[in-house]
Amino acid sequence: MTGQPPPVHGARVEVVGLGASYGRTRVLDSVRFTVGPGGWLAVIGPNGSGKSTLLRSVLGLQRHEGQVRIDGVPTTGLPRRERARLLAYAPQLPVLPEGISTLEYVTLGRTPHRPLLAAPRRVDREVVADVMARLELESLADRLVVTLSGGEQQRAVLARALAQRPRVLFLDEPTAALDLGHAQQVLDLLDGLRRQDGLTVVTTLHDLTLAGQYADRLTLLAGGRVVAEGTPAQVLTPEILSVHYGARAHVVSGPDGPAVLPVR
Amino acid sequence: MSTLTHRTRSGRTTAGPGAVRPRRPAALVYGAAVAGLLAAVLAGIWVGAVPLPPGQVVLTLLDRALEPFGVSVDGGLEGTQAAVLLQLRLPRVVLAVLVGAALAIAGAGYQGVFRNPLADPYLLGAAAGAGLGATLTIAYAPAQSLGPVGIVPLAAFAGALVGVGCALALGTVAGGSHSPTLLLAGIAVAAFLSAAQSLVQQQNTDDLREIYGWMIGQLGSSHWSDIALVLPYLAVSCAVLLFCGRALDVLSVGDDEASSLGVHPGRLRLLVIVAASLATASAVSVSGLIGFVGLVVPHVVRRLAGGSYTRVLPLSLLVGGAFLVVADLVARVVLAPAELPIGVVTAFVGAPFFAVLLWAGARRR
Repeated sequence: MTGQPPPVHGARVEVVGLGASYGRTRVLDSVRFTVGPGGWLAVIGPNGSGKSTLLRSVLGLQRHEGQVRIDGVPTTGLPRRERARLLAYAPQLPVLPEGISTLEYVTLGRTPHRPLLAAPRRVDREVVADVMARLELESLADRLVVTLSGGEQQRAVLARALAQRPRVLFLDEPTAALDLGHAQQVLDLLDGLRRQDGLTVVTTLHDLTLAGQYADRLTLLAGGRVVAEGTPAQVLTPEILSVHYGARAHVVSGPDGPAVLPVR
Repeated sequence: MSTLTHRTRSGRTTAGPGAVRPRRPAALVYGAAVAGLLAAVLAGIWVGAVPLPPGQVVLTLLDRALEPFGVSVDGGLEGTQAAVLLQLRLPRVVLAVLVGAALAIAGAGYQGVFRNPLADPYLLGAAAGAGLGATLTIAYAPAQSLGPVGIVPLAAFAGALVGVGCALALGTVAGGSHSPTLLLAGIAVAAFLSAAQSLVQQQNTDDLREIYGWMIGQLGSSHWSDIALVLPYLAVSCAVLLFCGRALDVLSVGDDEASSLGVHPGRLRLLVIVAASLATASAVSVSGLIGFVGLVVPHVVRRLAGGSYTRVLPLSLLVGGAFLVVADLVARVVLAPAELPIGVVTAFVGAPFFAVLLWAGARRR
C-alpha cells in the first residue's frame, strides 16, 4: 500500500433510470446520462429542477432508484470507502470547520485511503503537497480555512476533493459564490486537471455561457427529467431556453461556443 | 496562474495573526497539560484541613506503589496522617480527575457530533435522567445499598442512560441520525424528566436538602469503592472517544461530505454519543451534576491547540481532570472547614477564566 500513488485516470460514468423523491414529491424521474472517461458534463436547468439531487443521488448520498455504473461496475453494494476512492464530491455550500488549517482540511481528502486511527502516511503527505502546489495553496497552508476568501475557499474545497485521488469529480455549482474572474480561474483549473489527468468531471452550473464554454456536453434538467442533451450548441438554443427557463435570450456564437445573452 | 499567486499573497497580508492556527508543537502542548495535571493533583493532595508534609506524601505514595514489587520505602506518613492521605485526600483527588476528565471529553465528543459549540454532556437527557434516578432513590429508598455500593449512584447511572436512550430512540424515530432532530428530541426528553424530578422533589420536601446537594454536585464523600465502580466504564468510554478523533474531524465537514469521504455519519454519531453518555453517566453517578466542565474545557483546549479533534479529545481529558481537581481544592479551602458545592466553584472559577480567554481571542483578531 505504500510507494507512489497510482496514476489517476478518469472513469466512465453511466446513469440509467435514476429517480428520487422527497416524501411524495417526485424530484427526479428516469434520468439517464453517460460521461466518457476524461469528459466534462455540465448539468444545467432552472432552479428546483433537481440538479443537486441528481448529483447527491449519483453519489449515493440520497435514496434513489436506478443504477449508477462506474466503468461498468454498479455502485450499489460498493462499500462506502471503496466508492470514496472513485468519486469525490464538493457540495454547493461546503461546511468549513472552525479551528482547522487549510493543510488539515485538504488532508481530510485522504480519509478513504488511509487507516482512520493512524497519522497521515508519507504517501498521504505527498499527495496533499502535490495537490496544494497545483492549486497554489501552499502559502495558505497554516491559515484557518474559515478565514480564506471565497475564491481561496473554493480552491481549498477542490484540493480536498482532489486529494481523494478520485476518478470522477462531482462539483455542485463550483462557481456559485465567485465573481466572474474567480469563476474562470476555478473552471480553468478544472479544465487543466481534466486534461492533465484525464479526470472525469460532472458539475452543475447555473451560468449557461460558462457551462457552454467549459463542458463538452450539457444535460438540461427540467422538472426532474432530462429535456435536452448534447453539445453546447445543440442545447443552448433560444427555443430551449424559452421553453424550459421561461427566459428571453439571444444565443450568440462566440469564439469558445455559444454565449447566452439575456434580452429585455 | 500568476494572477492567482498575486491574489494569494495579498490575501495573506490582509489577515491578522489570529487567522493562523496556533502551531505549537504537540509535545509542548501535551507536556504542559500533563505537567498541569500533575501539579493540580499534588496540590490537591497536600492542601487541606490536616496539613500533610509534601515530602512524606511522596514517600508514602512511593511505598504503596512499590509494595507489590516487594520494595518498601521508609519515612512516609503514619497513623492519622496516612489515613487522611490514603482514605480521604487521595480518593477524592483521583475521583476529581476521573470525573473532570470524563465530563470534558464527553463534552468535546458531543460538540463534535452535533457540530455545535453549545453542546455539553448533559444535552441529551443524561443530567435530567440521573437527577430523576437520584431523587427517586433519595426520596423513596434512602440508605439502601447493593453490596458495598450505595443505591443512589446506581440509580443516577441508570437514569442517565435511560434519559439518553429515550432521546436517541425518539430522535431516530423522528428523523434518523440527522443531528438537529436528535438535539430537539434530547431537549424534549430532558424537559420531561426534569419535570418528573421536580414533581418527586416537591412531594418529598423533607429530603430537599439531600436532593439539592446531590443535584449541585459533590465530591465530599469519595471512596475507593466509588472509583472501582466507575473506572471500567470510564476507561472503555474514554478509549472509544479517543479513537474517534480523526473520524470526528471528517464529520466536521458535514454529513454529505463525510459520507463522500467514506465515513458513515450515522454510525459514528451513535458510537460517539453512546461512549460520551456512558462516560457522563459514570461521572454523574458518583459526583452529581457538576456543570460547566464539559461545556467549557473543550473550548479552552481549542483556543490553545486548534480545532482538530485528534488534539481536542486527549487534551480535554487532561485539562478537564486538572480543572476539576483545582475547583475541588478551591471548594475545600475557601470557607474551610465548611465546603462550597463544587458545581458552584466550577462556574465561579471557570466562567471568569473563560471570559478572559474569549476576550483575549477577540483582541487577537
